[in-house]
Amino acid sequence: MNYAQFLTMQQELGVLAVFLIVFLFDTFCGKNSRSAVTPLAIVCFAAVTIYGFFCTGTGEAFGGMYVTSPVISCIKSILNLGALIVLIQAVPWINSEEGSVRRGEFYELLFVTLFGMYLMISARHFLLFIIGLESASLPLAAMVAFNKNKYESHEAAVKYMFTAIFSSAILMMGLSFVYALSNGSLYFADLAESIALGSNSVLLVTAIAFVIAGFGFKLSLVPFHLWTADVYQGAPTTVTSYLSVISKGSAAFAFLVVLAQVFGAVYSDIWEWMMYALIIATITIGNLFAIRQRNMKRFMAFSSVSQAGYIMLGIVAANVLGMTSMIFYILVYIFSNLGVFGVIQAIENKTGYVSMDDYRGLHKTNPWLSFAMTLAVFSLAGIPPFAGFFSKILIFTGATESGSVALYVLVLIALINTIISLYYYLLVVKAMWISPEEPVVPAFRSACTERFGLWICCAGIIFLGLISCIYGWIYGVSEIAATEGFFALLG
Amino acid sequence: MILQNILIWFVIIPLIMLAGLALCKKMTQIRTVMVVCSVALLAIAGWLCVDFLAQRAAGNTAEMLYTGNWMWYAPLNIKLSVGVDGISVLMLMLSAVIVFAGTIASWKISPLPRNFFLWFALLSMGVFGFFITIDIFTMFMFYEVALIPMYLLIGVWGTGRKEYSAMKLTLMLMGGSAFLMLGLLGIYWHSGPSADGAAHTWNILEIAHNGAIEKGWQYFLFPMTFVGFGVLGAMFPFHTWSPDGHACAPTAVSMLHAGVLMKLGGYGCFRIAIYLLPQAANDLAWIFIILTGISIVYGAFSACVQTDLKYINAYSSVSHCGMVLFAILMLNTTAMTGAIMQMLSHGLMTALFFALIGMIYGRTHTRDIRKMGGLMQIMPYLGVCYMIAGFASLGLPGLSGFVAEMTIFFGSFQNADLFHRIFVIAATCSIVITAVYILRVVGKLLLGPVFDDHHRQLTDATWWERLSTITLIVCIAAIGCFPNWINETIQHSFLPIIENLKAAI
Repeated sequence: MNYAQFLTMQQELGVLAVFLIVFLFDTFCGKNSRSAVTPLAIVCFAAVTIYGFFCTGTGEAFGGMYVTSPVISCIKSILNLGALIVLIQAVPWINSEEGSVRRGEFYELLFVTLFGMYLMISARHFLLFIIGLESASLPLAAMVAFNKNKYESHEAAVKYMFTAIFSSAILMMGLSFVYALSNGSLYFADLAESIALGSNSVLLVTAIAFVIAGFGFKLSLVPFHLWTADVYQGAPTTVTSYLSVISKGSAAFAFLVVLAQVFGAVYSDIWEWMMYALIIATITIGNLFAIRQRNMKRFMAFSSVSQAGYIMLGIVAANVLGMTSMIFYILVYIFSNLGVFGVIQAIENKTGYVSMDDYRGLHKTNPWLSFAMTLAVFSLAGIPPFAGFFSKILIFTGATESGSVALYVLVLIALINTIISLYYYLLVVKAMWISPEEPVVPAFRSACTERFGLWICCAGIIFLGLISCIYGWIYGVSEIAATEGFFALLG
Repeated sequence: MILQNILIWFVIIPLIMLAGLALCKKMTQIRTVMVVCSVALLAIAGWLCVDFLAQRAAGNTAEMLYTGNWMWYAPLNIKLSVGVDGISVLMLMLSAVIVFAGTIASWKISPLPRNFFLWFALLSMGVFGFFITIDIFTMFMFYEVALIPMYLLIGVWGTGRKEYSAMKLTLMLMGGSAFLMLGLLGIYWHSGPSADGAAHTWNILEIAHNGAIEKGWQYFLFPMTFVGFGVLGAMFPFHTWSPDGHACAPTAVSMLHAGVLMKLGGYGCFRIAIYLLPQAANDLAWIFIILTGISIVYGAFSACVQTDLKYINAYSSVSHCGMVLFAILMLNTTAMTGAIMQMLSHGLMTALFFALIGMIYGRTHTRDIRKMGGLMQIMPYLGVCYMIAGFASLGLPGLSGFVAEMTIFFGSFQNADLFHRIFVIAATCSIVITAVYILRVVGKLLLGPVFDDHHRQLTDATWWERLSTITLIVCIAAIGCFPNWINETIQHSFLPIIENLKAAI
């Protein structure tokens, strides 16, 4: 075996290295120096993140089971960036009573899941894909249960565990059907070939429905979203934010890869319409349920359900613009969502309040936190000049490129839904700025890491859209992927 | 270099305003920043007017002057393209005047003055940006920038049922922009090639010259864009945000909103819906003529039965803005000229109305006309100003309203078929109704006996209130007395649009 091919997996190796450093340090260091794990993990991971931006090569390993290309490195770097912000924002929580006993474990679990997500994105063989999927899901359940003394945390972990296993099972069922149609290979390329040759059989339709359902659970698309609110509410807020952006972002990209590279030939015959139905249901139901939520974490759960629907618009567009806009949307979504979660965490860590009712009059006591929250929800709602506006418009532009009337109708429904979402995002703004009641949350100074994390998010929200070269960079790498035949099956 | 283009400064100065306000702490500093920047805006708007006329007089007949193009999102060919014709120049001037008057009128705003002016500056940036761009993407972006600050401005600093009104206004306007967005996307994907070789273009001039949008698509896109902008132009039945929103907004915001923001709707209908989709405009105009005709008459009748001063003027705005859209839909030069004049006239006089109502409300703490009377004896300055605004509104010769409405009706009457005639006659009747509600208010509020003896202690206008109102009155009288100047500024602007419409028949 040629061990040099491991070197094509540069970003995976980087995360693995950080994992090992943290693991070894945590195991062998003295009791007094154990708190140094936090800065160690952050610094090492920051180095990996920066290094990731320079990994732009194309390559494959293990007989084509694993591939990397500029666009894959790009999405991994974006996820790295998000994970780094999560790590920075997590510091006060991890130093608190709940976290400090098992500080090292948190980082180890997080890096393992990240490693799994990378494999999922890079896999071109379903065995490697399943390994990635499982190592991304199961440690997450442990992270959800991290608040040892909280009943909700345990409940959420069990729920997450069951849905994760169940969805993997459904996904694998679907894959076994596809396998049955093929000539006995689990390579994406081989499967795609047999699907393109084969007829549009009931078995294939069932298989695709199962695969979409499996991903639907991961991405919490309606009607597979029922676990989301409970898990988001019960999990520690840091884990919730990780779950809502990084886990979702990686699954979305992997979903695009599987649909385009395996099932691309039957795009218009089978899964285009399934996706339409899913997107409409996801965006609409996610929005309508979010309106009634008072708990901020449940609120963000439904908000992220509907945001996932918008991300899916990039998949049905099935072209370079759609792919670029989807990656850009994920990037902007990471910054905006982490902005909201940063504020939620800061308030929760200091005071324990998580209800929207407790945010009333927040601007009187904590003007900067309410300012950051306002920016973040405006960005999520797609208000210019913040980045969310650009990501929404660009994803709509990508979706309408093909010019089919069905896609126009789909975009119209999505646009009308932005109004519903604006309503509930404005409820947060209203609570903070307009409600006449006396503030519940006392004035406090949040930890410097939290403030630093929020500064990064705010800077991203303001500048990501205005500085167009970021979109240009993503477009460049997506175009390379397209010339290498990413969308070849779609015709 | 981007900064060498004078138009960019209409966006840069509000940005400086935002940055300055972010650094300010004291009220005096905030006022200094606001006054300096709004005077600067007024100055460059004035200079732009003069220079524009000079260039036109020198024989520069290009469709847009001061054009500039800067690539922004290269993959989608999104550019920041700026350029102005006579209409945009006048709109910029109007916005500058109203931003200045609004700043002065909110001299004593509380609470949170800094936040108020931050959102105010963001709103004005959106408005100015909208009028300088000739690129539908950037135009839409600035349009939305102008809309969202309204939520906080009304919600935090408003009066009455402010939370409800702010939410209603924001959601309805954003709902309009959702349709608009789809319309703009459709226009983009059918726009035909750009001058620099890209397959599609966002540039209004290029789209209009290509004329590549098929008829079937135009029928789909025209209602989208017209309704999208029409919501902001308070077109029936999408006008319901307007009375509530105006009634609850603080003074300066009502001024800016009725004075400038509602003009975005008319300007957008004109520049995008009519100009870019001429075939559909010819064929579908009748639907919107019916709707705007209803707006005019219905708005005027509604104003007659209101007792809250702000509601009266808000419904009057529905009627007058309906007239703008109505005139644009007549699709001829005279009526369109009237529409632009009506935009200016309505912008100025409504701003004056809302400023005065704010000043009266600040003293009497009521806006109910049944609880006030004889204010002329108590505050003669404000009373006289109110009368002037009222006369402008009902179309007294010498003031702006007369010129605008006459031009509109002359132009509209050129369409000789029965359908147009019926609606023009109905719309003309609204002048009478306008007289009814204006004179009713003037009679009850200003003349007659003093209703409440507590009002006798009230003082007349302060210096900043006088400055704010005089600025507006001077402009109203200037338009009324020298309408030809306006006509000269805008006369070249209609040619390409009318040609486009004629070619499409």
